Amino acid sequence: MENNEYIKRPENLVYRKPRLLNDNNMHYCPGCSHGVVHRLVAEVIEEMGVEHKTIGIAPVGCAVFAYNYIDIDWVEAAHGRAPAVATAVRRLNPDRLVFTYQGDGDLAAIGTAETIHAANRGENITIIFINNGIYGMTGGQMAPTTLEGMTTSTTPYGRRIDLNGYPLKITELLAQLPGTCYVTRQSVHTPATVRKTKLAIRKAFENSLAGKGTSVVEVVSTCNSGWKMSPAKANEWMVENMFPAYPPGDLKNEE
Amino acid sequence: MAKAKGAVEINSERCKGCDLCVVACPVQVLSLQPKEVNNRGYHFAFASNPQACIGCAACAAVCPDGCIAVYRIMPER
Repeated sequence: MENNEYIKRPENLVYRKPRLLNDNNMHYCPGCSHGVVHRLVAEVIEEMGVEHKTIGIAPVGCAVFAYNYIDIDWVEAAHGRAPAVATAVRRLNPDRLVFTYQGDGDLAAIGTAETIHAANRGENITIIFINNGIYGMTGGQMAPTTLEGMTTSTTPYGRRIDLNGYPLKITELLAQLPGTCYVTRQSVHTPATVRKTKLAIRKAFENSLAGKGTSVVEVVSTCNSGWKMSPAKANEWMVENMFPAYPPGDLKNEE
Repeated sequence: MAKAKGAVEINSERCKGCDLCVVACPVQVLSLQPKEVNNRGYHFAFASNPQACIGCAACAAVCPDGCIAVYRIMPER
């Protein structure tokens, strides 16, 4: 059937899975944005050639098993405490690239204090923040970033402002702090946005290595299982509903 | 200028059949297997129209599991 087999030669290779992303099958649901961001992190570390001096901090959340998928050193933190652990790791190993990989329940609810204070101290770490507006791992409960009116398993009639408060825009909060040097919000729903996110992660990692301060890369993501949609439909829903509340773009970019 | 010619190689055992590459492909090369499944029970993606591939790597960019390798030859060569 395929008579373009002659094209499949090593010299014609345009893209393949990065070497640092190993062959273990990821436990993420089909179509989960976590997979794309994992791949981008692996690609950026591989391209920068810093895999021997990178330490990732994965707290609790869907990304808790990140150490199974990316071949670098990892530290497992308690729920929400990744920026605190990253502070210690980076202060004790000043030549290392230290990043945390956190979800919205972890960063914006349970670890709010650690996140804000680490950013306020200007620790030279990168925070990768996956914002899908839901607690994906535990079964789709409401997170602080859940949108108004959004149905979750703990807000079955939609999130109410009078009862549950407003969606927390923690990335805007972090951009106010003098300790952060680069705060950006990206997404990974189309090839173009994936490439932009990769550039953002690369810039954040370079800032961390150069010791310029805390870099925050928020990735507005989908949780198609939690939102109860197909992956393609979840991407459309994200563009229609998440982007008005969480518009993509650089919030702070200090040279 | 003639179009670049490309080819995709899909790791069908790793694929979870999420359909994102099918949506992302600008020239409709890919589809999900209508009946066949891989060892984990997913209807994996395959190149149903390989002749149309231009090697743009859009499918590989959105693939959450890194299943897709992309090859391309430019028409000058």
